[in-house]
Amino acid sequence: MAVWVSAGGCGLLSPIRGRLRAGRAAVLAWRVPLRAAGTGPVYDVVVSGGGMVGSAMAAALGHDVHFREKKILLLEAGPRKVSGRLPESYSNRVSSISPGSATLLSSFGAWDHVCSLRYKPFRRMQVWDACSEAMIIFDKDNLEDMGYVVENNVIMSALTKQLDAVSDRVEVLYRSRAVGYTWPLPCHLSDTSPWIKIDLADGRRLETKLLIGADGQNSMVRKAAGIQNIHYQYDQSAVVATLHLSEATDNNVAWQRFLPSGPIALLPLSDTASSLVWSTSHEHASQLLSMDEESFVDTINSAFWSNLHHSDFIDTAGSVFRSAISLLMPSGTAARQLPPSIARVEPKSRAVFPLGMGHATEYVRHRMALIGDAAHRVHPLAGQGVNMGFGDIACLTHHLSTAAFNGKDLGSIKHLLQFETERQRHNLSLMAAIDLLKRLYSTSVAPFVLLRTWGLQTTNALSPVKEQIMSFASK
Amino acid sequence: MWGCGGLSRAARALGGPRGRSSGAGPPGRRLGAVAGDHYDQAFQRRPGGFSENYSWKMQLTSNSTRFVHLTEMKSSMSAMKRLYSTSHTTVDSKEMNKFQLWAHKWWDEQGEYSTLHSLNDVRVPFIRDTLLNMSSDHQLGSPLSGVKILDVGCGGGLLSEPLGRLGASVTGIDPLEDNIRTAEQHKSFDPVLAKRIQYKPCSLEDIVEEATETFDVIVASEVVEHVADLETFIKYCYQVLKPEGSLFITTINKTHLSYILGIVVAERIIGIVPEDTHDWEKFISPEELECLLDSNGFLVKTVNGMSYNPLSGSWSWTESTSINYAVHAMKCRVKEQSSSREPPSETDKEEHPAEASASTTV
Repeated sequence: MAVWVSAGGCGLLSPIRGRLRAGRAAVLAWRVPLRAAGTGPVYDVVVSGGGMVGSAMAAALGHDVHFREKKILLLEAGPRKVSGRLPESYSNRVSSISPGSATLLSSFGAWDHVCSLRYKPFRRMQVWDACSEAMIIFDKDNLEDMGYVVENNVIMSALTKQLDAVSDRVEVLYRSRAVGYTWPLPCHLSDTSPWIKIDLADGRRLETKLLIGADGQNSMVRKAAGIQNIHYQYDQSAVVATLHLSEATDNNVAWQRFLPSGPIALLPLSDTASSLVWSTSHEHASQLLSMDEESFVDTINSAFWSNLHHSDFIDTAGSVFRSAISLLMPSGTAARQLPPSIARVEPKSRAVFPLGMGHATEYVRHRMALIGDAAHRVHPLAGQGVNMGFGDIACLTHHLSTAAFNGKDLGSIKHLLQFETERQRHNLSLMAAIDLLKRLYSTSVAPFVLLRTWGLQTTNALSPVKEQIMSFASK
Repeated sequence: MWGCGGLSRAARALGGPRGRSSGAGPPGRRLGAVAGDHYDQAFQRRPGGFSENYSWKMQLTSNSTRFVHLTEMKSSMSAMKRLYSTSHTTVDSKEMNKFQLWAHKWWDEQGEYSTLHSLNDVRVPFIRDTLLNMSSDHQLGSPLSGVKILDVGCGGGLLSEPLGRLGASVTGIDPLEDNIRTAEQHKSFDPVLAKRIQYKPCSLEDIVEEATETFDVIVASEVVEHVADLETFIKYCYQVLKPEGSLFITTINKTHLSYILGIVVAERIIGIVPEDTHDWEKFISPEELECLLDSNGFLVKTVNGMSYNPLSGSWSWTESTSINYAVHAMKCRVKEQSSSREPPSETDKEEHPAEASASTTV
């Protein structure tokens, strides 16, 4: 964690001139051989990367009232996803959308499309330990929705529809890959164009006043700018699948249990189906993938139900603590519930992908900003990955909108730095907390188990603390 | 005393090698010292607007030297016409010398003009919101479209470009050709701005005849403290504005505080403004400016104080107009005398007692 604080500090304190110099160094590393200099079109904003975060950024800007006269371009390397009818079965890639992200999506009309397609709100979240009885329950007093589980392709479909709605301002180029970026020299030093030049794979050259890198964890924009990325691979992979419940139930609770090998989570998709996200070691992950469906279902059920990892010592200590709390705060304890049992798994819905952590030391440079996974990558245990990206979009859109209304140069580093400071403050604390939780719950050594048992029980008893956590995570 | 000093200095500048170097260091240093001396003298002579009249007369006596300066510095045809004209000029050649040095530094946001760059964060919203409040309909995304703006003393185009981005058609004028060259080059890369903004290397008096009643808005930001003859400047603004057009001025007040903070601290101690940018004698108080505007056919609508925070590098609006302030005035349809003027309908009530005393001294 100390690494991050210093890295984040470096990013926050590095002088602007330092960034301009580094940008110049990047020019030398990445300049593509000169082609016949044609003055290509000049865009106000180019968003590189058409995933959920990139498309949402382009849509948010396109629908912003102060961007009516601006030209925005979205570059996506893949093909356009034809939005036909939704398949009957659920996709195995889902995201937990926080209320803050839902607000962002509804600000440019995409949430209505999501609602008309498919989504599942959940009202409670139960998180508990495999090594003890400790648990924590998050819910809102007024039984409002805590979050929504939405399939990723439903979100993409809604975003594509909203991009089409502003096609006069936002141009989307599919199957376009950027192969090189040329950064401008500081204005007052040269007579050349002050814009960023982007070279596409098909030979076209574009210029833009602001480049937003939303091209994922292996961001090419970030590499081309020479921004240092602190990253490491967790020795874990996540297994995802779509599961069918044994019986239909009011499926509005999200479940997560911390096993020593990693957290297993069940997110509701409908009254009869849930989505599985199980982070575990690489070997176990490949075992899970290769076992037959019945064994897979049994493994999941026992992961949620068995008390294999309990030890008497911890149980006693935990229950003593729990009685102490119930004396002090009678409302602070509640009975632990069991998640619904799984009957079968959707065929061909099992998939695995590796997990890691990453954070860019700088989110912005002159005329460039990083958002989403290009800037930060987290463990899925808190369901925050895409929500942090949407938070980046909300913040950046706000600053760019104000800048546009003030007639400012969109690529000016002043307001980009304000965006960076705001988001780094939020993201770094969240990432530190997630990483800490991951490490804390990865062990079954008694002192740590005791620590986290008591910690969890205490936090569960203190509603103000829980409310703080929920509001921070749902921004 | 000051007048004599000015003449000898001008003669020295003439005699030295042509170009920037002679106008650079040494006269600059002396200017600062003279300003200090003059400050002491002005202090002793303080009653009413006496010091202002005093400096205006000084401009007249050094007119002959100034005309020779101008023919050297300007290459446009109108220079010849002016040599024989009897109208007062608004261009102060000493000021032109100062700005010649920094003609290429306009667009370095952390350089000499950093305070002007951050001033955009208050002056552009001020202009934009005032104009939006006056008109009932505007295009979203292009709030100033259809508005013709004249940016007098545009320098490198720092204010012209944001106004152009908001949709206005901007004409930027500046007597210094190098400034116009910098401004032209900077806008040339942006296809939208290249069409919306026109730059002309001239002064206000050069366009007064052909541009009568052409502009909806005139912006003179951080300019009136550098002109030679403010009343003439205001008269020319009146001619060039359409009826009920708006005039926006931002400038510096003439107070002890503005000398201490605006010149001593800003220029000599912290160095956020290049040394000798400002001459305290040419600062004008909002009361006097309002008086000048009133007597030349303008109705002052708003006077707002601004202040700069050197730690954060940002400007903000304040109650006090002791250092920097911004003024919005509108051209009345009929040139009104100060005695028959209606009281302004809005804003700064603290200006009223000052107006009353100013009108009695005029």
